[in-house]
Amino acid sequence: MTAMNQPKTTNEFAQKDARQTPREALDHWYLEPDAALRARVSNLKFWYGNGTQAIDDVSFPLVEKKVTALIGPSGCGKSTLLRCFNRMHDLYHGVKYSGSIELFPENENLIDLDPNVVRMRVGMVFQKPNPFPKSIYENVVAGLRIRGISKRSQLDEIAETSLTQAAIWDEVKDRLHQPALSLSGGQQQRLCIARALAVQPEILLLDEPTSALDPIATAKVEDLINDLDGKVTVLIVTHNMQQAARISHYAAYMYLGKLVEYNETSEMFTRPMCQRTEDYITGRFG
Amino acid sequence: MQSIADNVGGAISYASLARKNRSKDIAIASLGIFVLFIAIATLLALFIDLAITGYPRLADPEFYTSFPSRKPLQAGILSAWVGTIMVMVVTACLSVPLGVAAGLYLEEYASKNWFTDLIEINVSNLAGVPSIVYGLLALGLFIYTFGMSETVLVAGMVLALLILPIIIVSTRESIRSIPSELREAAYGLGATQWQTMALYIVPAAKPGIITGAIVGLSRAIGETAPIITIGALSFIAFLPESPISSDAPFINFGWLTSPFTVMPIQMFSWLSRPQADFHISAAAAGVVLIVMTLMMNALAIYIRYRARSR
Repeated sequence: MTAMNQPKTTNEFAQKDARQTPREALDHWYLEPDAALRARVSNLKFWYGNGTQAIDDVSFPLVEKKVTALIGPSGCGKSTLLRCFNRMHDLYHGVKYSGSIELFPENENLIDLDPNVVRMRVGMVFQKPNPFPKSIYENVVAGLRIRGISKRSQLDEIAETSLTQAAIWDEVKDRLHQPALSLSGGQQQRLCIARALAVQPEILLLDEPTSALDPIATAKVEDLINDLDGKVTVLIVTHNMQQAARISHYAAYMYLGKLVEYNETSEMFTRPMCQRTEDYITGRFG
Repeated sequence: MQSIADNVGGAISYASLARKNRSKDIAIASLGIFVLFIAIATLLALFIDLAITGYPRLADPEFYTSFPSRKPLQAGILSAWVGTIMVMVVTACLSVPLGVAAGLYLEEYASKNWFTDLIEINVSNLAGVPSIVYGLLALGLFIYTFGMSETVLVAGMVLALLILPIIIVSTRESIRSIPSELREAAYGLGATQWQTMALYIVPAAKPGIITGAIVGLSRAIGETAPIITIGALSFIAFLPESPISSDAPFINFGWLTSPFTVMPIQMFSWLSRPQADFHISAAAAGVVLIVMTLMMNALAIYIRYRARSR
């Protein structure tokens, strides 16, 4: 099979899909009865500075204190979508958004807010561990310092809680003042998670946080993400279907900048609504 | 399966290919060593020649503690090396903050348009402007227009202008070399542009910035033309006022407005005299100047090394 006769847009392959169209699927988001919305993406479109449209009319809910996974083949726009949530794109010239990412309960459109304020409220962990070239302690409290908190006792306390939350406290408690770059890759990534958690973000974005880690370090990061379930609203991009199945509560499948399907992860992985989703999940495509 | 030999139409002898490639390696390496040898040998020959010629004066401790004199054997470099250090202090205090701020602005804050492109090209070009042109600029602007006299301050100002492009360019390059992950990490935590710069980018770029500043200063230390152009004296038989005094307010700035001489000027004036003994003093002063420059470069290397090992 060649790329030529593959459908170009979600609509095309939705029509070929006898079971249910994505549009219908979106209008009937199946959420658990007690699920509260933290944010809702509505008709979001995004263009890079060179005019490329990377996100096309995406809508889905982000359930509070649950892990939502963004899955899809490379280049489908999932990382781009994730980076809309903390307006990281605004660092680069000429980007354009349309549509909204509403935050609840404030009912504010994140796209209209000051990017700086958005990044104060929405934390992010990157694909490659990127601790600052400073001590472990200074890395954890970096976000607090940026917010003008400098009282030693407060910093110490938050440093300990967030390092514990990121499951790295026992490994670093005796070497808090050593350089963060002396840690292993997996430890650095958990430190970055602790750094993001220290400022109690309303939403925590994880951009393929384990793609640069070995299986053992990956397992540790996955365990800690599992622990965050029920405590923090997490949106995670992952390439690894098993990982998505293991750690996420809800999943959104994207293809060519569009959202194909959004559902509970267990539902999507057992009874996907679209043929395309099923092909991707089972590894026949992507 | 088709092998590569089938595709290229004949077997390749990997052994002879490797031999041929290795002989190219050796040729390039030998050429490199030869060129390096010429460069180092020339420099060493110059330095050793100066050291041998200047040895009688170099070995005399009074050479470093006496003022210039009409009698060659009593002439020293006290006012010259003190003047050099004072001018360097002024140059560093003016050029480093200005150059770093300008580099930071151009690299991080300025929007990219034709105007900043123009500035960028001009800054790079300024680094290649002959130093005597800077001297003329200082003479016309500082001395004739502003009515300043040939003081430590004016010399520091002209040398600061001279090395400003070097510092701006090296600041920009060291900031550009900071990986964008670090930048995104800081912004991702909600840092403003200034917080990102001040807390993370500049500290990470510091070794490069300091190295650039020292390379600039070690160029300034040997500059003669702009200082002669502004009319510095070559015969100074007194020291500028001491910057530190024993009574309040302990620090004074009288030295800034004092006449001065610097090492290259002292050398130049000795060289232009007929007596052979003065040429010995000039050679000795040259050795001292080279050692001062080497010390500054060694400091730059040390800072870079320390930053890398951390």
